This record gives sequence, structure tokens and C-alpha cells, in this order.
Amino acid sequence: MDLQILTYLMAGASFALYIGIAVWSKASSTNEFYVAGGGVHPVANGMATAADWMSAASFISMAGIISFMGKDGSVYLMGWTGGYVLLALLLAPYLRKFGKFTVPDFIGDRYYSKLARFVAVICLIFVSFTYIAGQMRGVGIVFSRFLEVDINTGVIIGMAIVFIYAVLGGMKGITYTQVAQYCVLIFAYMVPAIFISILITGNPVPQLGFGSKIISEDIYLLDKLNNILNDLGFSNYTDSTKSKIDVFCITGALMAGTAGLPHVIVRFFTVPKVRDARASAGWALLFIAILYTTAPAVSSFSRLNFINTINNSSYESTPVWFKNWENIGLISWSDKNDDGIIQYAPGNSLNPIKPIFSNQRGENGERIVSNELTKNKNEVYIDRDIMVLANPEIANLPNWVIALVASGALAAALSTAAGLLLVISSSISHDLMKKIFRPSITDKQELFLARLSAALAIGVAGIFGIYPPAFVAQVVAFAFGLAASSIFPALIMGIFSKRVNSSGAIIGMISGLLFTSSYIIFFKFISPDLNFSENWFLGISPEGIGVVGMIINFTLAVLISFFTKPPPNHIIRLIDNVRTPE
Amino acid sequence: MNNSKNYWRANLKIVLILLFFWFLSSFGAGILFSDLLDKIKFGGFNLGFWFAQQGSIFIFVFLIVAYCVLMNKLDRKYRAGKD
Repeated sequence: MDLQILTYLMAGASFALYIGIAVWSKASSTNEFYVAGGGVHPVANGMATAADWMSAASFISMAGIISFMGKDGSVYLMGWTGGYVLLALLLAPYLRKFGKFTVPDFIGDRYYSKLARFVAVICLIFVSFTYIAGQMRGVGIVFSRFLEVDINTGVIIGMAIVFIYAVLGGMKGITYTQVAQYCVLIFAYMVPAIFISILITGNPVPQLGFGSKIISEDIYLLDKLNNILNDLGFSNYTDSTKSKIDVFCITGALMAGTAGLPHVIVRFFTVPKVRDARASAGWALLFIAILYTTAPAVSSFSRLNFINTINNSSYESTPVWFKNWENIGLISWSDKNDDGIIQYAPGNSLNPIKPIFSNQRGENGERIVSNELTKNKNEVYIDRDIMVLANPEIANLPNWVIALVASGALAAALSTAAGLLLVISSSISHDLMKKIFRPSITDKQELFLARLSAALAIGVAGIFGIYPPAFVAQVVAFAFGLAASSIFPALIMGIFSKRVNSSGAIIGMISGLLFTSSYIIFFKFISPDLNFSENWFLGISPEGIGVVGMIINFTLAVLISFFTKPPPNHIIRLIDNVRTPE
Repeated sequence: MNNSKNYWRANLKIVLILLFFWFLSSFGAGILFSDLLDKIKFGGFNLGFWFAQQGSIFIFVFLIVAYCVLMNKLDRKYRAGKD
């Protein structure tokens, strides 16, 4: 069957499923809207957390990024899973015992201060919107490539779906939709990975195929990849090129950031008991690990396949997928030596890096770019985001697999967007309105406000999707850096210290936040031309600076608390209560 | 009161021991002495590369499972002592 019809069928069926679930699990109180009534089974919550967490970035971009970074890409693998150990051991059980609705709830109560709650809300909204922009870009890419609709129409369809189940169902609707979305996305990720692993290594388990010999050759996959890359002038796939301190800090910032992300933390408020919160963190990481241990295998397979298919083959005889992605503008080829053959080599083929297409076609039929051509031999520009989506096509898999991958990518993007929208709406209706500005509103009014702010947040997210800010890729570092340097330390000290008081926590959060954001803004926006290791503080890149912000936050909070009054007695009792399970 | 203090101390001990292995498998084997471990071959992998891209993740899952088991045991002991 035609690929486009198949994709419509599969994506349509999955959307119908999500909406069906939403109607079945409509929320009727704020308790159900914010935390699904606190009655979600730990395994279901684990799946929902996994879908919530694994975004368009995990599903679409991560394997592609690792595929071009090799061992340096490990920071994402370790950072985005290791954070769950912190979450499970240091946060989830205690915050569940605390037993309220939002992350600012805990910070506001523990530090007995509306200002602390307000600062937490600001961090939360900033982090969450940053993230949503990325999801909407993912939805846009999938729609424009596989359904061949305009990106804007794609974003609007995506918004409408999320609107129905997030605004109606609240956390309850989102939770059960996310369970379904997890099943769709993991199936969609594993099927092509298994196929490709069998094709290349003969081993059906990608995690093992990654370390196996290539079929009918007496050489390990990774050794072969290293050899091919060396011949083309690249360094080894399995060697690191970044400095140790930078890799260390990036991994640390991603871990602490993961543990401090509000939309993940709030998932642990939905299970009945403390022991369920622990168990569900374990289930969540297990479900996440299935994808995360497959991803590096996919990265190496696709790099190998990509080079084998493209390098030294004539443009005219390249497979259709190459031209399809070229038409969308995510691949370009400029025939530097006029031989009609594609040469792939280290370095950027164009200056500036991303192709600016003119409307003309070259003599081989390729799209002509108006960029300056660089002096190196590389003739190919490829957007790293397309590797996972193009992988099944590169490996010549049947059309239904390609359609499945498209549905999986949509599931990943939509489930994360819904989770983020929910924490934004609850922080507005609950933390800002109910707890700070209008304490007198009833539960019903608050529920209405929650729905209204979810609807508004979807609108804003949609605008981000239609007019994507040019800085989407850069701000990801921002989201993790801010979560690591502001929210994470405040939560940890709130649980593990009885001495840290409101002034310490507030000054800690604000200074962590200011330090991290000014460092990132300086290198990413004000002086991007200075953004290389000689200028960095201790050689730490903006991606890893959250760790320094976190240390500043911890140090200042402890010092200031030490010289000011200890927290009042009722807070000490609150901490004791949080520390003991029921 | 004493009981809950002991519980908290036991809790912290479990957490610290598990976090030690968390640090060892990721920041240790995956980053700090990853290059050294890379000299050891593990099937088709260099060992340091394997820890950085897969091994640490398996260990993370194992650590959370261990945490659940140990804490449930501790909870039972604590509850029995209270009755």
C-alpha cells in the first residue's frame, strides 16, 4: 500500500485511541485534574512517566545526534537515565509522602514563603515552555515529511488532539493516554531497530547486535565503523574528543536537570502510597531503558548504513529517501568537484552550516544552495534529526514500518507536550491563583481555571510550533541547566536538611538561576562567536554549566541559612513527616 | 522518636551506598576512567565505551530495584518494631 495512506491510517487510528481514552477518563475534581485522584497503579504510572519523559528529542533526535558524535554522545544516554536514580532515591518517595499537587506546592510550604513558591513557578513555566517548543517542532517535521501537509496544519492538528485530552481529562486523561502512547512509541522504535540489527549483524536483539560481528564478515560492527570513518578522515566512533571535565559536567547537569523537571516529578504524586512511588520510578526507568539501550545501537547501525549508501554513489542513482529529505530541506548536496558523485567527509560542507536553498536545480537535479561552499571535500549536509526517521528507508524496510515510526514519533511528541501543558496549567491555577492571588476560589472555579490555563498554554505552544523561535536547539541546554541549578537543589535541601530556611533557599534558587542563565545567554545569544573551550569557565560548556549553578545554589543556601534563624517548629514537623512513610 | 531516627539513619545508609555505585558506574566507568577501561575488549565493545553507552543504564535499573527491595524490608522492620 502507498506509504502516505498507510501513515494516515496508522496515525489516525492512534489518535482515535487517545481521544477514546480521554473521553472514558474525564476528570471531575481538581484532585483528579492535577494528580489523577492519586490512584494510578505503579506499573501504569511507570509507563506514563516513560512516555511523558521520552519526548520528540529522545525518539527522533537522540540516536541521530549520537550517530554523529560517537562516544561523546554518551552524555545524553547516561544523563537522561541516571537522573532517575536521583529521582527515585532522593525525591520521589518523600514528595509523594508530602502529598500535594505541584512542585511549587512543596517549595512554598517547606520554605514557608510565597516568594519561594513564586520563584519556583517562574522556573517551572520557563523550563516547561522551552521544552514544549521542541515537541511542536517534532510534530511539524513528522507531519510535513510523512503526511505531506503543511507544517502549520500539522501543528494545529497536534494541538487539537492534545487540547481534547488534556483539557477534558486533566492528569487522569493524560495518564491513561500516555500508557497507550508508550506502547505505540516503544513498538515503533523497536521494530525497525530489530529489523536493521538482523540485516546487519544477524542478531535480533539490537543491544547485542551492537557488539556483534557483521553478517558474513569476520569483523565487529564497531571496529568496521571505526575503520570506515578513519578511511574518510574522521576520528574513531568509540573514542571521546571532548574534555573530561566538560563531559562530566554535562552529564551531571542532565542528571540533576532530569530529576528537577516538574512534569516528571509530578507523575509521582499520582500513585497511592510511598512504596508505589519507589516502585513506579523503577518501572519508569525500566521502560525508558528499553529505548535508551537500543538508541546507541540504532546510532551505529544508521551511521554505517548512511555512509555505505551515500558515499561515492552517483546522485542520480541515490534512493528516493535522499531526495525526499532534500526536498524538505534537511539534506543538501553540492557537487564541489563536478563529478556527479556524492563525497562524504569530515567538516561542514557549507558556510553558514545550514543550507539556504535557491529555487534552481543543478545539472544532476539537486537543489542549488546559495551558501558559500567550504574548502573541504565534504559535499553533504545532513540534519541529524532525520536519522531515526530516515533509518527504515535507508535500510529498505517495508512501508508499514516507516508509517509505524511516524506514529511513534507523534506519540512521543504529543505525550510529552500534554504532560508539560498540565504542569503549566496547574502551576497557574493552583500555585498562582489559589495559593497566591485568590485564595478564596472554590474547587469548581479552580478546576475551570485549570482547564482555561491548559487551553491558553496550548495556544502559546502552538504559536511556538508555527513560528518556531530560531533558538529551539539552543534552549534545551537552558531547560536542564535551570532545572538543575534552581529546582533540584531546593527540593533536595528541603528534604535532607532541617536547617536550610526560606532566606537561604530563595537566595540560593535566584543566584543559581541568574548565574546559569547569564552564562548560557552570553555564550548562546550575545557572543556565540566566543563559544569555544578557551573562553569557558574552567572549560565547562554552556550545556554543563548547570552543575556550577547548582553548586552555587547549595553553597549560598547553606551559608545564609547558617547565619539566619532556623525554620520554625511546624516546618521541622513537616520534614519529619515527609521522611517517614505511612 | 528514637525509632524514627534510626529509620532515617538506615534509610540514608541505603541511599548513600546505592549512590556510590551510581557514581562509580556512570561518572567513574563511563567518564573518568573510561579510556583505561577501553583497553579491555568485551565482545565487540571497548569496555569503557560499553559502560558509557549501555552498561551504566543497566546498572541504574538494577540500583532502583535494589532500593525498592531494601526499603520495603526496612519499612517492614520498622513497622514491626512499632507494634
